[in-house]
Amino acid sequence: MNFQPGTSLFLWLLAILVAAASATGVHRIFGPRGGWGLAFIPAGVVASMLRLWPSVVGMQAVTISFDWVPELNLALTLRLDGLSLLFALLITGIGALVLVYAGGYLKGDQRLGRLWAFLLLFMAAMLGLVLADNLLTLFIFWELTSITSYLLIGFNSDKPESRASALQALLVTGAGGLALLPGLLLLGVAGGSFEISSLLNDAESIRQHSLYVPMLVLILAGAFTKSAQFPFHFWLPNAMAAPTPVSAYLHSATMVKAGVYLIARMHPILGGTNEWFWMIASVGAITMIVGGLLALRAADLKQILAYATISVLGTLTMLLGIGTEATVTAALAVLVAHAFYKGGLFMVAGGIDHAVHQRDIRKLGGLRSAMPATFSAACLAGLSMIGMLPTFGFVAKEVWYESIGDASQRPFLAASVLSNICLVAAVGLVCVTPFFGRRTETTREAMENNLATWAPPMFAGIVGLLLGLLPTRISELLSAAGHGVVGHAVPVKLALWHGVNVTLLLSLLTLAGGFTLYWQRHRMEAWFSGVDRLAQFGPAQWYHRLLTGVIELARGLTAILQNGYLRFYLLTMVGLTVFSVWMALGSELQSRLHPVSLDLRVHEILLIGLILAAAVVAVRATTWLLAVGALGVVGYGVAGIFVMFGAPDLAMTQFVIETLTVVLFVLAFSRLPDFRRLSSAATRVRDAVIAVVAGATITALLLFAMTVRSDHPISDYYSAHSVAEAHGRNLVNVILVDFRALDTLGEITVLSIAAIGVYSLLKLRASKEGSVDDKTTADPPATSARHTEGM
Amino acid sequence: MDIALAITVGGLYAAGIYMMMRRSVVKLLIGLGLLSHAANLLIFTAGGIVRGRVPVVPNGQSQPITEIADPLPQALILTAIVISFAVLAFALVLIYRTYQTLGTDDLDQLKATDT
Repeated sequence: MNFQPGTSLFLWLLAILVAAASATGVHRIFGPRGGWGLAFIPAGVVASMLRLWPSVVGMQAVTISFDWVPELNLALTLRLDGLSLLFALLITGIGALVLVYAGGYLKGDQRLGRLWAFLLLFMAAMLGLVLADNLLTLFIFWELTSITSYLLIGFNSDKPESRASALQALLVTGAGGLALLPGLLLLGVAGGSFEISSLLNDAESIRQHSLYVPMLVLILAGAFTKSAQFPFHFWLPNAMAAPTPVSAYLHSATMVKAGVYLIARMHPILGGTNEWFWMIASVGAITMIVGGLLALRAADLKQILAYATISVLGTLTMLLGIGTEATVTAALAVLVAHAFYKGGLFMVAGGIDHAVHQRDIRKLGGLRSAMPATFSAACLAGLSMIGMLPTFGFVAKEVWYESIGDASQRPFLAASVLSNICLVAAVGLVCVTPFFGRRTETTREAMENNLATWAPPMFAGIVGLLLGLLPTRISELLSAAGHGVVGHAVPVKLALWHGVNVTLLLSLLTLAGGFTLYWQRHRMEAWFSGVDRLAQFGPAQWYHRLLTGVIELARGLTAILQNGYLRFYLLTMVGLTVFSVWMALGSELQSRLHPVSLDLRVHEILLIGLILAAAVVAVRATTWLLAVGALGVVGYGVAGIFVMFGAPDLAMTQFVIETLTVVLFVLAFSRLPDFRRLSSAATRVRDAVIAVVAGATITALLLFAMTVRSDHPISDYYSAHSVAEAHGRNLVNVILVDFRALDTLGEITVLSIAAIGVYSLLKLRASKEGSVDDKTTADPPATSARHTEGM
Repeated sequence: MDIALAITVGGLYAAGIYMMMRRSVVKLLIGLGLLSHAANLLIFTAGGIVRGRVPVVPNGQSQPITEIADPLPQALILTAIVISFAVLAFALVLIYRTYQTLGTDDLDQLKATDT
């Protein structure tokens, strides 16, 4: 084919998205076996990636760029270098296994097609994340992985704990994303570009930038939440509410490594400083130990694996934080080893769950003979996890221990050995306890799973073994990936056997410690109950309190602001308006209030007096008839003012409308109760004061408005063009029916809607005795007697 | 004259707001009516007032020859009068129906959506 190699980067994403779109259809036609077919898409992507291998390991990155939103300098730039290739291979390779596995795991479930679709969507998002060269593109894919993760954790949406776990994961990683975005923006602004490849050239000035520490902290907040670093680790064990294929894929092999990827990607730009070292290495080390210890406390297979994953994520973070050539290589090697053994172990745990519907290790035992294939897969993965010869896990652990062999790095080495001892014991809990010993109640009838359920973990285990036996090829890839992390070529020479040295002795010590710990695990009960007591101060509780606190706050605020008392809403609006008017215009109002001419004529004084007197009567009336009459007098008075000041059209309309209003009021009010005095005297005085202050404000505002108006171009335009263009001499009429005819049409529409509303409200009454509302049964008898009357 | 009208507008606003803050839903309606008048008069006064000069172009002329009352606020008010009548009529019927259904005119007892 004759296209740019970069085009294939784009085609990968497209192919996976097409597969996602067709997943439900595939399930409908082929059933669970369709997983083998769907797996061909990511497998094909893997093959296509391997074709680019020579170019990438030759340090020649493959790039393609589209202008996405050129106005915002937003480009969809994809770039495949060694680091991206490493991640991309893991994402698609393990993704293919998981698709097959999901077919076996959810066999017979109607929702399998949806699960495939979500998994493929996630795959596309994750692939986009590791291929993105533009910071903003990276962020968008980052958030997409959070959203697909939410959908996948909450897959069993009928279970409340699934929904709660999904929400927790979304909130924690989403909060991290919220921090990440400003961090990336700061970075882009400080570096003058949003392309990672061009930021690399300005790394030195970015590290000197005055906003370096804030941007680092914000970006790390995103990475730490995503990769479940302490103290944000708690969402990951809860995410095990997801179906096991999801746990194997997102929450061990890929998504949780997105944070690690981000740290690795940022290392050549932001790394190498003291802040980088301390923040990342210390958080990583703490996470590593906390995860390892908590893994031993859990009893659920998936929980054990989740905490073990947290521990490894801590390891990766710590090694990248230390950031030497050797530790970066070690981090990448551990990452590859972990993806295969942990993905495999999750699938094994799911297989056990699938076979006996039980994941509690206290209720499992003796499955070895019943499920030989699953057991073999568990052994392969477990051997790699404990770092036993000749698996890749062994190679990775050797490189890891060796990389922090300097005297100054002793604390990290000690922490690593400690966490690994815990992990070895955890492997015992996952790979030994369920398979050996006596058969229990639950495992008595156990049968081996179907091929699609045990083959993928087996395959992952075999890959882990082969990588260990043939480390040359993987050395090439790690070397190219290391180039992306440290900025220059890293010589990587992985080997299965290094001879007998300190590192090997440490490995033996780790194994021995782990075996002892597993053997004597019952002695740790007391210690665990201490941890449980500590857990109530743990970050999961902070999350819980924060969440309930926010909801309580919202509830409290709503109770205050939306209290249901109409007059308080009015009070708030009027009070706020008066306050803002005086705040904004107070001084100006006073300076502008110069004496106005009191050019009054007698009939005008009489009319104004009549209006004000009628208003007072309306307020103080004790019967509705008096109030309605007073309201009518006010209306006629206003019409009189219109007459006197050159507005006969208004006056006519006002007279007609006012008459109609009074008639309507009299009709309706005769069926309403008479005025009652409901408020206390104090309330009335308070309201009166507020009302008078509001009225005075309006008066002041009006006087101010009259002084500032200097020109009336719109009116002048209408005056000049009325006869010529609209052939009308009554300017008001011409404006309404000609110049602003569309507004008048709107007005008519409002009138019609109001009329329909009035009509239907009255009509509703007719069928009232029937079915319209049965709430009237609660009416007091006195009022229900009125219901029979018409209006 | 300006200041007298301004005070009238302020007085009507005060009366309208006071009535709208009552608990009785019937008084609320009276307040709404007072407020409509107040708002119309506000626009009228703010537009500038001229005694007796109707905004009409005399026959045989193509433009007004003397100073006339501003036609624009008048057009606005004409619309406002009609719309406020529609609002008032709708509110009246709504309150009438509410009272029929719930048997109370006390707004404090109409706080929740469920009865």
